[in-house]
Amino acid sequence: MAEKKVGNQTVVFKNPPVVLAGYTVVGPKEGAGPLKDTFDLVLKDTYNGEKSWEKAEMKMLETSMRGAANKVNIPLECIDYSLAGDLLNQLVCSNFASRQIGLPFIGLYGACSTMALSIALGAMLIDGGFATKVLCSASSHHNTAERQYRLPTEQGNQRPLYAQWTVTGAGSLVLSDAGNGPKVTTATIGRIVDFGETDANNMGAAMAPAVADTIINHFNDLNRPSDYYDLVVTGDLGTVGLQLVSDIIRKSNLNIKNLNDCGVMIYKPEQDTHAGGSGCGCSAVVLGGYILNQMFKGELKRVLLIGSGCLHSPTTALQGETLPSIGHAISLEYI
Amino acid sequence: MATNHLRPPTINITPEEYKEMVQSVTPKPTVLRNVIMAFLVGGFICSLGQVIINFYMIYLGLPLIQAQTAATATLILIGAILTGLGLYDEIVRWGGAGGIIPVTGFANSMVSPALEYKREGYVFGVGGKLFTVAGPILLYGIASSIVVGIVYVVLRYF
Repeated sequence: MAEKKVGNQTVVFKNPPVVLAGYTVVGPKEGAGPLKDTFDLVLKDTYNGEKSWEKAEMKMLETSMRGAANKVNIPLECIDYSLAGDLLNQLVCSNFASRQIGLPFIGLYGACSTMALSIALGAMLIDGGFATKVLCSASSHHNTAERQYRLPTEQGNQRPLYAQWTVTGAGSLVLSDAGNGPKVTTATIGRIVDFGETDANNMGAAMAPAVADTIINHFNDLNRPSDYYDLVVTGDLGTVGLQLVSDIIRKSNLNIKNLNDCGVMIYKPEQDTHAGGSGCGCSAVVLGGYILNQMFKGELKRVLLIGSGCLHSPTTALQGETLPSIGHAISLEYI
Repeated sequence: MATNHLRPPTINITPEEYKEMVQSVTPKPTVLRNVIMAFLVGGFICSLGQVIINFYMIYLGLPLIQAQTAATATLILIGAILTGLGLYDEIVRWGGAGGIIPVTGFANSMVSPALEYKREGYVFGVGGKLFTVAGPILLYGIASSIVVGIVYVVLRYF
């Protein structure tokens, strides 16, 4: 019946949707990192001329949505759906940015896995014949996340060495049924995996089993050799999570050499973020910036992105719940 | 509750094994460095307090008790100003508990929510959330002082 589904969790697109372009907006800290030249717009400060950080994040997301469509000269009216998500309660940034954009909108919450999730669903909409052009976006902002999930931003505290730094950034991709560019060939929707991690600062450790589970199922469903991809990149595991995921998949008899993580790539060690970047914006800007650039240049031909999301809330954490996590994989290929 | 019974194939590790893996990979806190930094930063703030007390006693002629109260108020003011300038969280980043425990840290925990929630208005923003950080400290500090006071009163009858 489901002719495009392969194995347990993977879909293989019949007419793989094309990624026409990506547009990325980042904050000043990300703009000082090693990938600074791959971003389209670097903000001078975290307020971006707005009265609050929430407004700044909404504006950032709106800018990235318009920028992506502009880049390929597609009027917004020609886009069938906008799929977007962020980290804030009620998805305020996505909802309010979409208020300005005026497109049919589907809000998604996948914590930091949102970018991969929006691309997977956007590709399904296109290959399913429900759309010809879809805008896939995600955003996060260090300060909005900090004040919602942790403490007031000026409150002094010592972050543990395994803590990650929420990326200030928004990324949008335009998917289309036709055109030139890398294609979204497959998507593996993840399962929620929880190995009992309770420390909300150690999100890499919470997410690693879920990401490893998705990677294992992706390769198993498609029966692809472990060296099939030029780059297997996880969303925001950070240094701790990346080490754990590579240990787990090795112990599970899968040997992937080109494994990296967007959260590790986005900051320099001197920037003192400890374990690296996190947040929806992390994989959104690294994918929309560095990875797409490398693909358009032909340096990378096959990339597997596994968006990693830690689906906790401060409320459930205080109630003693563990941190459930998820990983969604999408493969981008030149074919 | 951790997940169990995932349909195979899945990761080849039990939650117990994973716990050990996480412990071996997660970086340990740099205890010695943190302790030294906390000693230096906390010690500096307390020495500053003593300097202020002496200043008030020598130059303003305040008696010791009043000079101590005035010095506490001065330190709170300094902590509040440094929070407003966005510097106090940097001090705590390096000094840890050395910056949190002194009264300047208390000022930080009051001023940072006030700054943070100003955008949500003065009544439900600042008013409603001013004590989000300091609230637990105040509640249990005051509650335990009441308990100690009652115990002290009761003990006096024996």
